Amino acid sequence: MEFFNVFIKSAFIENMVLAYFLGMCSFLAVSKTVKTAFGLGLAVIFVLAVTMPINWMINEYLLGETGVFGTDLTFLRFILFIAVIASMVQLVEMVIEKVSPSLYNSLGIFLPLITVNCAILGGSLFMVSREYNLSESVAFGLGGGFGWFLAIIALAAIREKLRYSNVPPALRGLGMAFILTGLMGMAFMSLMGIDPTVYSVGN
Amino acid sequence: MAETATPGVVEVKEPSFPFGKKEKQLITDPLMDNNPVTIQVLGICSALAVTTQVFPSFVISIAVVFVCAFSSLITSLLRNNIPTQVRMIVQLVIIATLVTVVELVLKAFSFEVYKQLSVFIGLIITNCIVMGRLEAFAMANRPWKSFLDGIGNGLGYGLILLIVAFFRELFGKGTLFVGSPAEIFIIGANNATTSYWINTAAESGFGSYFSWYANNNLMVLPAAAMFIIGIFIWWQRSRNPKLVDIS
Repeated sequence: MEFFNVFIKSAFIENMVLAYFLGMCSFLAVSKTVKTAFGLGLAVIFVLAVTMPINWMINEYLLGETGVFGTDLTFLRFILFIAVIASMVQLVEMVIEKVSPSLYNSLGIFLPLITVNCAILGGSLFMVSREYNLSESVAFGLGGGFGWFLAIIALAAIREKLRYSNVPPALRGLGMAFILTGLMGMAFMSLMGIDPTVYSVGN
Repeated sequence: MAETATPGVVEVKEPSFPFGKKEKQLITDPLMDNNPVTIQVLGICSALAVTTQVFPSFVISIAVVFVCAFSSLITSLLRNNIPTQVRMIVQLVIIATLVTVVELVLKAFSFEVYKQLSVFIGLIITNCIVMGRLEAFAMANRPWKSFLDGIGNGLGYGLILLIVAFFRELFGKGTLFVGSPAEIFIIGANNATTSYWINTAAESGFGSYFSWYANNNLMVLPAAAMFIIGIFIWWQRSRNPKLVDIS
């Protein structure tokens, strides 16, 4: 039950993009077409779901005072987390290149850029500060990734339609994407009514 | 991150003076016409979450300027010795080390601010500005210029942060600079008892001018930051039509 709770909460109520505004750069840059957005979304789900339990174990068994080394090594947290993420992204890149060269080509440079996607490292840091256990952190990774996936698909679909609209020239493209994301964030905000304690977290 | 078209990046052959015209441009260009947030689409991630108040945004800006400048300097010094296959990991280690330094300093000297910003300080590592400038500039330029470029882009980012935070705090909470030594409570209805302006205005008979104001809770939500940046982009691009993107 706890697993399901955390999944729903991280996918909808505390959506990484639309409630915390993490992973914004690639969210705005890759959302021009639904096809590439779909591929990137799947890659983000995978990387989040895999790095989360690994980072949980690193935090639990290596860094804490109860860990292998017996001393407080939490100052190494950032470096170790980001190293895990970078190696996972490298792995994903190699697998996609072998399995589906067409997807690999359509994603191009955006695949390695998942390394600096704030949603991934942010997820791991949230996991530590909220003191999730192992199964909860798996659920958090899956849910967070799924929420990111949904959000980028939605924005890409809207931007594809928007190409036929009469937007002021100076606002076209990036400016409109910002305002759209804000509106979508407000829509997701209404989901926060499900759990009133969440409402104040973002501030 | 993707639209890293960086027209400002020009390799200059001749040795230049420490503060020549080119060097000055490295600092002034990112402030407006090549702004990292509104033109290069870098570093939006960590920018938006912290801008509910001016003072924390100010702290983050200082931290980003520091990290950006010194990571550019270090990367530029090492640029000929970094193998291309592992350069991302090397860059990340440099950035992560500097961010850890910032975090420990903040924890030691300003614990209140540290508690407020804990997660977001960590996210400077994945701030696309730092990494993007390392990739686009520091890997191809000499140390002193890379250092200036880091400072310039950090300042450009800080400028956007402060503008957004100014409007969000003013309209969302009716205050300015809360938490800093210079805090002001201006129009917030909830702050009527502590408000300098309302108290002095009430004494002189003008109190009712401000007492109608109720805090605009929309501005506290992250969505408001997107609107403000969107409007800023609108203003910036209609001022300089060369910046309009055609796609």
